[in-house]
Amino acid sequence: MIIAAVQSHPTPAILPGSGGMRGALSDLFWRRPKFLLTLMLAPPLLWLGIVYIGSLFALLLQSFFSIDEFSGLINREFTLKTYGDLLQAANLDIILRTVTMAALVTLASAIIAFPIAYYAARYARGRWKALFYLGVMLPLWSSYLVKIYAWKLILAKEGILTWLLAKLNLLWLLDTWLSLPIVGGNSLSVSFTGTFIVFVYVWLPFMILPVQAALERVPGNLVEASSDLGASPGQTFRNVLFPLALPGIVAGSIFTFSLTLGDYIIPQIIGTSRLFIGQAVYSQQGTAGNIPLAAAFTVVPIVIMGFYLWGAKRMGAFDAL
Amino acid sequence: MTSAVSFKQVSRHFGSVRAVDAVDLEIAPGEFFAMLGPSGSGKTTCLRLIAGFEQPTAGSISIFGERAEGVPPYRRNVNTVFQDYALFPHLNVLENVAYGLMVKGVGKAERLKAAEEALSLVRLPGYGARRPGQLSGGQRQRVALARALVNQPKVLLLDEPLGALDLKLRENMQEELKSLQKVLGITFVFVTHDQGEALSMADRVAVFNDGRIMQVGTPEDIYQRPNTRFVADFVGSSNVLPPDFVQRYSGQHRWGSLRPESIRVSNATSGDGVAARLVGTNYLGATTRLALDAEGLRLHAVVPAGTALPAEGEAVMLTFNRESLHLMDEPA
Repeated sequence: MIIAAVQSHPTPAILPGSGGMRGALSDLFWRRPKFLLTLMLAPPLLWLGIVYIGSLFALLLQSFFSIDEFSGLINREFTLKTYGDLLQAANLDIILRTVTMAALVTLASAIIAFPIAYYAARYARGRWKALFYLGVMLPLWSSYLVKIYAWKLILAKEGILTWLLAKLNLLWLLDTWLSLPIVGGNSLSVSFTGTFIVFVYVWLPFMILPVQAALERVPGNLVEASSDLGASPGQTFRNVLFPLALPGIVAGSIFTFSLTLGDYIIPQIIGTSRLFIGQAVYSQQGTAGNIPLAAAFTVVPIVIMGFYLWGAKRMGAFDAL
Repeated sequence: MTSAVSFKQVSRHFGSVRAVDAVDLEIAPGEFFAMLGPSGSGKTTCLRLIAGFEQPTAGSISIFGERAEGVPPYRRNVNTVFQDYALFPHLNVLENVAYGLMVKGVGKAERLKAAEEALSLVRLPGYGARRPGQLSGGQRQRVALARALVNQPKVLLLDEPLGALDLKLRENMQEELKSLQKVLGITFVFVTHDQGEALSMADRVAVFNDGRIMQVGTPEDIYQRPNTRFVADFVGSSNVLPPDFVQRYSGQHRWGSLRPESIRVSNATSGDGVAARLVGTNYLGATTRLALDAEGLRLHAVVPAGTALPAEGEAVMLTFNRESLHLMDEPA
């Protein structure tokens, strides 16, 4: 059949162009692949470069101005005075509190996320994998505020958690915890413990997904090879799985760490009245009208993240990429 | 003498799939043993059962006399060279080779020295600082070998280790593996689907099909005296002759096998022999492979290069020595 068709309808070796604008454009893109790339990348790069980085830069510039304490006007001259203000005990307290919280939230997220991500990457197939993605993503579909207020009810003194612990005769445990300094308080919903729990809940998906992606790329036979060479499961985890998952953990921790550093809503609704960086920025640029100090506060997380990434790179976190 | 590896009625079933089905196997210490078979025949599963990655659903496995069921891979003094090498991408070559000693708690200086020696053994001295990603396939293969040998395993398992190499390299590695095995005296268990590789390297070969062992024997046994049609066909693509055909030449109503190189092809149109027609020729370099049609029976013959050949489509006469016709055990 095919042979007969070839013989009766001789086709040219080179097909004619399809003609029209679209045909000409296709040929042009094929001949000049870089042209297509430029065309596709230019709009997002302009957006990132001007609107995004540009405004960030403008903000940073503000941090080198100072406020005239008498008139409340901004003095547009270069000065490091605002950074000096940042080092006042009250402000240092805020920074220390936020960084500690961000570090603890990141650590807890990594510990909770790893087994889930490992299961999803290694064992879940088909339907279970779909269920995993749904389970991890579903909380992201609902409103952030609704989730936080839901947690406020769960953690409140009259909430379901207290009720549950009372039923289990474990109320003494909660009371002992709440009587501790710093982490305790009148109830979980007005303690740092509550803030911590809600932070971990809200940012957990951002840790699970990159860790899962990293583990997905680890060939299963590396685990077998390690075991074959005499490594116990614990040694295989420390020497093979963890180093290979580290880029994913670092990627996830960038999310959890920086999101915690910048958030101002969760500590406002759940927690004590002591401020976090986000709240400080909010009140400085809003109520207090001290834009330079607010800008200086926003520089803090950027600098911390810079050091964090530098340290992670030196530790070899990105070697396996 | 205790066997290096002993299988007694070992089965590994995955649901309804019988990957390995009631296999009996004895591998002697210091032997170079090949497991040969098509993909899905159960040879790799057998290897994984020895390594401990799989557990048998029935039967018993012992390694140097010690029961191995339920023993995890990391407690078996058995090492594997994986098909795709499975080198750790985040470690350099030396760290890869020293890995087994590291997890056993051998001191750093001592294990790096041992790793360096193992690298010299596989002729890669001085490559320690490189990453696996910077090596060629053949070099990676040697690193995988060094990584396994440095632990001085009782049994070394090789899972199609030469499959990804090109022909020339593969031939070199075959020779090297064989001499290495002789020098070290370690029991090698080698899985392959390449019958040439199995025949050229192994002391004994087990031919697998459908989760069962069809035949175990020396390469010569397997090649010259296959016991079933499957073995005859799979090992060196022998001509499998039906019982009626065999009866005419041997007097026995049994399946027979005839090696392609034992068939002589002549231009004669009459006389003794099997009348056939030449339907195709394949030039293979040193030899030429002929496809023949003997009254509907498809036969292959291999003749040395340079032999004067009839043209395709011509009638030819086939002759062979009576003793090269091997009668198989398989019932007719």
